[in-house]
Amino acid sequence: MSSRTAARPFRFAGCIEVRQTLDVHALDERELMQRIAAVPAGSIFFHTFGYFLRHRAFTTAYGNDFARWAAVEIGDSALAERLAVVDPFAFSSVEELREHLVTILQDHLRGREVVRRVEFDRGFHFQQSHIVEVPLGVSAETLVEFRAGLATVDESAIYVHTVETRAGQRRTEAFGEWLRDSLALPELAEQFERADPYLTSLERVRGRLLSLVDTALAEARR
Amino acid sequence: MSRLDDYRRVAPPGAVDFILKLAEQVKGRRLLHVTGGRLGGGATEALRATVPILSELGVDTRWEVTGGDNTYYATARSLQAALQGAERLLSDESLARWVDVNSLNAKKLNLEADATIVHDSQPVSLVSARSAGRWVWRCHFDCSSAQPAVWTFVRRFVDQFDAAVFALPGFEGRLGIPMYVIPPSIDPLSERNRDLTPREISETLMALGVARDKPLLVQIGRFARAHDPLGVVNAYRLVKKHHDVRLVLAGAADGEPERLEVLSHLLEAAHEDRDVVVLELPPEAHRQVNALQRAATIVLQKSVHAGFDLGPAEAMWKGKPVVGGYTGGLGQQIVTGVTGYTVHSVEGAAFRIRHLLNNPELIPRLGAAGREHVRRSFLLTRELADELALGVHLTR
Repeated sequence: MSSRTAARPFRFAGCIEVRQTLDVHALDERELMQRIAAVPAGSIFFHTFGYFLRHRAFTTAYGNDFARWAAVEIGDSALAERLAVVDPFAFSSVEELREHLVTILQDHLRGREVVRRVEFDRGFHFQQSHIVEVPLGVSAETLVEFRAGLATVDESAIYVHTVETRAGQRRTEAFGEWLRDSLALPELAEQFERADPYLTSLERVRGRLLSLVDTALAEARR
Repeated sequence: MSRLDDYRRVAPPGAVDFILKLAEQVKGRRLLHVTGGRLGGGATEALRATVPILSELGVDTRWEVTGGDNTYYATARSLQAALQGAERLLSDESLARWVDVNSLNAKKLNLEADATIVHDSQPVSLVSARSAGRWVWRCHFDCSSAQPAVWTFVRRFVDQFDAAVFALPGFEGRLGIPMYVIPPSIDPLSERNRDLTPREISETLMALGVARDKPLLVQIGRFARAHDPLGVVNAYRLVKKHHDVRLVLAGAADGEPERLEVLSHLLEAAHEDRDVVVLELPPEAHRQVNALQRAATIVLQKSVHAGFDLGPAEAMWKGKPVVGGYTGGLGQQIVTGVTGYTVHSVEGAAFRIRHLLNNPELIPRLGAAGREHVRRSFLLTRELADELALGVHLTR
């Protein structure tokens, strides 16, 4: 298995975000709900899926920007908990994710006449991003080469080939798809797709993926 | 070996190689930066480092500066202050004169480029003379509370750009063009941030007259009410009841009446208490600032109104926990409980300082986390990558 050569080499790509501010702001939870319902889908993507690219080990505790804002700026632990547990990968589209977020806020705000309002500089400032992909010049035709690339590429490549490709429509560039289609390793592909980037760092995801490959390589040698 | 290679030992693993790959996408393009001067900190300090690096990366990068007579500079300064929310008297005549001088600047300067980045307000009206290429206004300050009449005046020019860039979301004013976000950064290899030997630190502090026989609390910053140095003295006094510490306040008054008044109060406090040290430092005192931050036990940045002051990032890069106000970019830099604490009052600052002094094992732990946070998010390499990415995005 480890010596199998892929018909199509895997080319690692990293990425960087160009962040765009939308001049749309929320100063309380009711406004947050209204704005979430109205902003472009790219902004919902930025504040949920994009969180994995921007945040590091010690800041991933909230899972998305909305939960972080509710906890840190508003001080509403209950709402923060409810928003933090939303796993963006559990939804088939960003619109479905948006609706779920609005529903949580609607339910949370039901019966609350007064909501805490913060000053402008502590408000939620909606953004979206444009991803610039960067070919890293690293490619793989075998599982051994794939492991070598996975271990050394910029961590943004983990985001591109797990989160971006999984959430978008470019599944052929996902790690899992390549392992399945080009190396005929459906079990390993499935394990890769189950590796959960939610509430952890990209480096930890990299570590988990490497150990999956190592296990597969060890089994092949037996 | 290029200048960029020097950053390999301080930047996150892979960051330099990533920049090299990213730069390939804009190789050969002509990039022009225009500022109101070449000296000082902030944007110009970053440009002094990045312009040579960009040229080495194959991006044909130039840097032009606008100039004029004393009236031009006075108007530009007032305009900048009004855009930052201060009340200023700006006559139609002085503004018209400022526009005229910038028209002359546009004729004198070579503005041919694929992408032109105009920094801050002094050169902003050059855009009226734009020809080919993409034009970007890079605003390094918070203009969300600009004086409305002045913003309306400046917006006539800003809306002629293809895009604007702000340091933080929320720092923008109303515009009809796309607005991007690139936070500022520190240069880890500059005199202000480079590693210093213990001997260099000792000699520098000795020259400043700062003894190191007790824990040092250090705040660097202008003696302006926005940085609340008097509040820092009051926080120190609350701490001093329990801990024998020394407070160092280092900065400049720049001859401004409000700051001179604050300075006189600080000097009075220093006269009453020998453990309050007030140092007036010139803007080029980078090594002194570096040494003070490195000698500090805890660094304070108790600003009550700040743009994107990079003092916390500088201190965290030196492995120091920071107790800072919650305003502007400070909340972005200080991860509370992880790299330091953000506070909302004098009492809050005193509480957090005492907490750290009573639990000294936290000091190196928060300091180490702060250094890693800065390595990932506030080094020059990150800003360089952001600028290249914006260049790729805008010239696609």
